[in-house]
Amino acid sequence: MFLDFFLRLKEEGLPVSIGEYLNLLEALNKRVTAFNVEEFYFLSKTILIKHEQYLDRYDVLFGNYFHGITWSELEKKEIPDDWLNAEINRLFTEEEKALIEKMGGLEKLMERLKQLMEEQKEKHQGGNKWIGTGGTSPFGNSGFNPEGVNIGGKGGGRSAVKVWEKRAFQNYASDVELNTRNIKLALKRLRILTREGIEDELDLHTTIEKTSRNGGFLDIEMQPAKKNRVKVVLFFDVGGSMDPYIELCEQLFSAAKSELKHLEFFYFHNCVYESIWKDNNLRYTDRIPTFDVLHKFNQDYRVIFVGDATMSPYELSSLGGSVEHHNDETGITWLKRFVTKFPNIVWLNPSNEYYWDGVPTIAAIKEIFKGRMFPTTIDGLTNAMKTLKGKKTIH
Amino acid sequence: MNEFKGTENYIATDELQIAVNAAIALEKPLLIKGEPGTGKTLLAFEVAKALNKPIYTWHIKSTTQAQQGLYEYDAVARLRDSQFGDDKVNDIAHYIIKGKMWQAFESEEQAVLLIDEIDKADIEFPNDLLLELDKMEFYCYELQKTIKAKTRPIVIITSNNEKELPDAFLRRCFFHYIRFPERQTMIDIINVHFPTIEDDLMEEALKVFYGLRDIHGIKKKPSTSELIDWIRLLKLGKNTKEDLQQIDYIQTQPPYFGSLLKNEHDYDHISKVKRAGQNTFRRF
Repeated sequence: MFLDFFLRLKEEGLPVSIGEYLNLLEALNKRVTAFNVEEFYFLSKTILIKHEQYLDRYDVLFGNYFHGITWSELEKKEIPDDWLNAEINRLFTEEEKALIEKMGGLEKLMERLKQLMEEQKEKHQGGNKWIGTGGTSPFGNSGFNPEGVNIGGKGGGRSAVKVWEKRAFQNYASDVELNTRNIKLALKRLRILTREGIEDELDLHTTIEKTSRNGGFLDIEMQPAKKNRVKVVLFFDVGGSMDPYIELCEQLFSAAKSELKHLEFFYFHNCVYESIWKDNNLRYTDRIPTFDVLHKFNQDYRVIFVGDATMSPYELSSLGGSVEHHNDETGITWLKRFVTKFPNIVWLNPSNEYYWDGVPTIAAIKEIFKGRMFPTTIDGLTNAMKTLKGKKTIH
Repeated sequence: MNEFKGTENYIATDELQIAVNAAIALEKPLLIKGEPGTGKTLLAFEVAKALNKPIYTWHIKSTTQAQQGLYEYDAVARLRDSQFGDDKVNDIAHYIIKGKMWQAFESEEQAVLLIDEIDKADIEFPNDLLLELDKMEFYCYELQKTIKAKTRPIVIITSNNEKELPDAFLRRCFFHYIRFPERQTMIDIINVHFPTIEDDLMEEALKVFYGLRDIHGIKKKPSTSELIDWIRLLKLGKNTKEDLQQIDYIQTQPPYFGSLLKNEHDYDHISKVKRAGQNTFRRF
């Protein structure tokens, strides 16, 4: 009866299965609800959708399928303040900020920016299927722009907004910002439990077996407790374009420190060259040769680079291209050494994934890392950890 | 007819009622998620009360294993008894300790089984319960018999989202996300708890409450249960709406502020935001 709707959900990448569809039919058969659209919406949602990150997409699809949805609620979409703040901090110097004030202040500029965003959206929509690449995008959810929907009858005369049209679950899509707790949970994915060290735990099974063999007299067997012994080296990009992400990096670092027992970390600026450092206050005096680091850690170590990978192309590909000193070997050469040495390596990029394609150095580094670049969202981090744990790249 | 409509102490939205009733009718476990303090755990108790059924609660901790919900074999006790030549030792049944699921399965009338905070356990935990929740039966190796539910219990599972649950597990459940109550629902909830509250005090209290929740960047937003505690204190302290109208978060803090906000970072944050007039761009 609702097969087309079900297939549509499946097509748009919602994880629904035949079993759930049959459940829905059974529920309808048993008359769990009265026959009206709203109750059907509640019922189908409870049966078909199993994670709040999909609720928003479900609401959109439901509205789209059963009605020409009115989008008036959506058009008021705001530019997130945080994002704007970060960009402004990043893009403008103090003088420029003063200049902006002269030119009529940020409000005006924001207006213009909003306008630009609107226009850009229009351009991006053209003829695309409304969920766009969202359905197939590596991180799979909310990768779509609600405004991109090709809908007829904009602003139709209906005044009462249906429940699903409110899209109350918009925020629960899973590429939300991270707090330390979330980061810790994502890092937990990177667990490699092994029994090593002091035998401090009773091995009940073997004890019982040995005792039975011993004719009922106790023969106690001990074993080391299982512990997470994953080893990780972190490389943080600091300064310059990374400044807007300081807080995020701090959170990531503190979460990593509390979750991972064997953690080493180093800093670099924009790209790694022949030396890196451990203490930002001593970055000019106390540098460590990168080769030492490469040789010190064996392949068991999981390596995570954290950086926005945004720099001038010379810094990556030219001799002497570094902004701070003369480098005898290119950044690419150095990065490739890391990738060759460590089979388990990823790059975490705090910048907005939406702009990755527009920055040449991000694309280049992503290629060097064989696609293993992930955004610092819950999904991105989780996938990064899965990738680090196994041999397979997940994205 | 088993139909849940909420109780006099518990306001259930239509949405929630349908989710609960669908889960009961189709005999599927119902997975409940939502912000802390929206009454996830309470739901199971209220369902039990409304339908007049016994409830078995299984609270999950980080060390809980699936097997503990079924039964535990106390091998050490048996070993001890055997060393002392106790007669009990010949019957293994003495050393099988029934878990909450077993108890719920054994119940003569249909029971409500609450599996609370399933996300606290190990990531693999839900996978170990797939068959048990699907078929409502399990095999006890020590006794060599299958334990089957006499009547399938109504299973309610809560999660705080600390860990993702496996797909195979999710497929077997119905799911409901308790959204943060809208204003009208919130008024209903308050009225249930404080039937005698003055309208203007409630009005002001809600204004303060939703105002706090709207401040961007708060780490721990106050939830329903905190609001109810706070109103209880306001009433005990005989506060009036005038007390609440003076609040500016710079000079005057709301009375009993600690019961609303639980994170010390948020106090600084709020006064900072209020001083800046909530204009985040002023600093340029």
